[in-house]
Amino acid sequence: MKADSIISLDHGSGGLASQNLISGLFLKYLTCPQLRDLEDCAILGEYAGRIAFSTDSYVVDPLFFPGGNIGELAVHGTINDLAMRGARPIALSLALIIEEGFSFANLERIIASVGRSSEEAGVAIVTGDTKVVPRGKADGLFINTTGIGIASHRHDISGKKAMPGDAVIISGTLADHGITIMSSQAGIAIGGDIASDTQPLHRLIAALLEDDPARVHVLRDPTRGGLATTLCEIAQASRVNIAIEEDRLPIRLAVNAACELIGLDPLYLANEGKCIIICDQDEAEEVLQLVRRMPEGRDAALIGWVQEKGEGRVSLTTRIGGSRLLEPLTGQPLPRIC
Amino acid sequence: MRCADEFRSREITTPLVEEIVRSLKRPVRIMEVCGTHTMSIFRHGIRSLLPDSLTLLSGPGCPVCVTPASHIDAFIKAANLPQVTIATFGDLIRVPGSKGSLAAARAGGARVEIVYSPMDALTLAAQEPGRIVLFPAIGFETTAPTIAATILQAERSGITNFMIIAACKTMPQALEALMADPELQVDALLCPGHVSAIIGADAYRPLAERFHLGCAVAGFEPADILAGLLSLIRQINNDAPRIDNCYTRAVTAQGNIKAQALLNEVFESADSEWRGLGTIPGSGLVLREKYRRFDGLHQLEIPLLPSKEPKGCRCGDILKGRLLPPDCPLYGTACTPLQPIGPCMVSNEGTCAAYYRYSGQKESRRQTQVERS
Repeated sequence: MKADSIISLDHGSGGLASQNLISGLFLKYLTCPQLRDLEDCAILGEYAGRIAFSTDSYVVDPLFFPGGNIGELAVHGTINDLAMRGARPIALSLALIIEEGFSFANLERIIASVGRSSEEAGVAIVTGDTKVVPRGKADGLFINTTGIGIASHRHDISGKKAMPGDAVIISGTLADHGITIMSSQAGIAIGGDIASDTQPLHRLIAALLEDDPARVHVLRDPTRGGLATTLCEIAQASRVNIAIEEDRLPIRLAVNAACELIGLDPLYLANEGKCIIICDQDEAEEVLQLVRRMPEGRDAALIGWVQEKGEGRVSLTTRIGGSRLLEPLTGQPLPRIC
Repeated sequence: MRCADEFRSREITTPLVEEIVRSLKRPVRIMEVCGTHTMSIFRHGIRSLLPDSLTLLSGPGCPVCVTPASHIDAFIKAANLPQVTIATFGDLIRVPGSKGSLAAARAGGARVEIVYSPMDALTLAAQEPGRIVLFPAIGFETTAPTIAATILQAERSGITNFMIIAACKTMPQALEALMADPELQVDALLCPGHVSAIIGADAYRPLAERFHLGCAVAGFEPADILAGLLSLIRQINNDAPRIDNCYTRAVTAQGNIKAQALLNEVFESADSEWRGLGTIPGSGLVLREKYRRFDGLHQLEIPLLPSKEPKGCRCGDILKGRLLPPDCPLYGTACTPLQPIGPCMVSNEGTCAAYYRYSGQKESRRQTQVERS
């Protein structure tokens, strides 16, 4: 198949063209023996523990952005969803919906990214599916990944477990992914060190839970809706109030500048490689140091505390000492006119 | 933005807050005219630092909010034409007209693209010569010069498939009309920084003199806003209203002459309808005759039909500072940021939206009273 060719409806027909696509492209980059068998499903074997199961679809526009592309996003996103319940990811599925006319070369770049990121994460793609829809019926390429993981009995991590007095830690800088995508969509070249933060967090979480898993009460990745919306969800699920401090929030200078320029609030922009860790306050310093020692968490910061039981309000102490409430995001974040 | 850091540091803002508290001799009502001021006041928690006797009222300075249903309806009508692509500022798409919004039109199949400047809309027109690209031209003196520059650029490049629907408004006329309202109780005005950078601080002189009203032009950082408020409180204490330019790093007395010239080349003033306020003489900008071919209303034969204000909506009173958002019976019940009814709830910068988002007051006081009785 030539690199300058395009995907046609034939590639999704299940016939010869499909087989060529699978063997010539997918199996070139996705090397798990289970997948190579081309069976109807993968048999995963026996594991001890509770089974964690998660799915996510990826429709990011643009497909390629500074710091990554839809392929690695689809691998990291589902791995992270599993990790956020303290699960060890063991296998992923990969389903593609491709619009007729999509560039073969771009598909190859994306599948190569899927292969590389799944290999680096140590979580194999064990089963998959490809559909091609007529031109205009999809926007280039959509990806769904589903993941299975194993969660230990030694912890009970959930958004409902935040307790008064707990410390709130964020594993790194905020809004990098969101501002990268928004500025790409706006055609604004921000330059500098702005790039998506897409990365898998399961190793960080494994390290965090290795010695004393009970000290971690909540893990959540603040993807869509950003830190503010995710904290609101946790506060409501746990029926507690949460207070964070603007001075403590790690946000890159360039990200802040871009947010000011476009008129967006970094607290509401997506992250794709960060997690909120809510843990016992006595363990907060140790947890923070542990996270910072990991490459995924080097910019981690303690940003606030869980307060009393309450209606689930999240408040922010601003840099000038004022206070305001943080609400969940309404609709999609829209840039202001001026 | 590092250059703004010092304007957000507690070392600068705390003494200003202390001085405001010391200076406040009686209850004072100050209107912040600009939507960006409203947002900044909420975002930085400025209200929480000020004494209760200082009331901040949000004025008519959110361009999205004051765009009337008649114009939104015209934008939607244009969007539903098969040959038209609407290229619009993002926060306009959720604004309700008398029926639906641009977002709803997009969901129904219309082509509605979000752009960050009118020049982006022109670029889109150049890229898609087979379609008409229409830019809903809303905003104040801040955005109008850029729109004027885009029209001139379109003319120079010979792009014929670019149009606007002119719905820009000018601030001094609106303030004049507001201040003439005998029911309006405002002691002083915090004047908009961006608009003033174009029109100049002196533009408020007739207003200040006619109504014996203190004016302070302020920037948008916490220290800017606090300095503006302090200036106004001192003016009130001394009964010596004047125009104090507290934003000299961006605003001069005369404003940006080049931008004014651009604006005057392309636009002329006309009466204009404001949501919640009605028609204000001379407060709008329409295309001059020689640029008529860029006028989407004219070219696409779209009528501007009279607006109907939503029933029960008290945005007019809120924009005039007569009521606070929770005083409206629709606030938080029928009218929320996700399903806005009134103009003050539609934009992020609208008074009701900002109140809803940041204040913690989630339901109408009237509603509560009704339920209790």
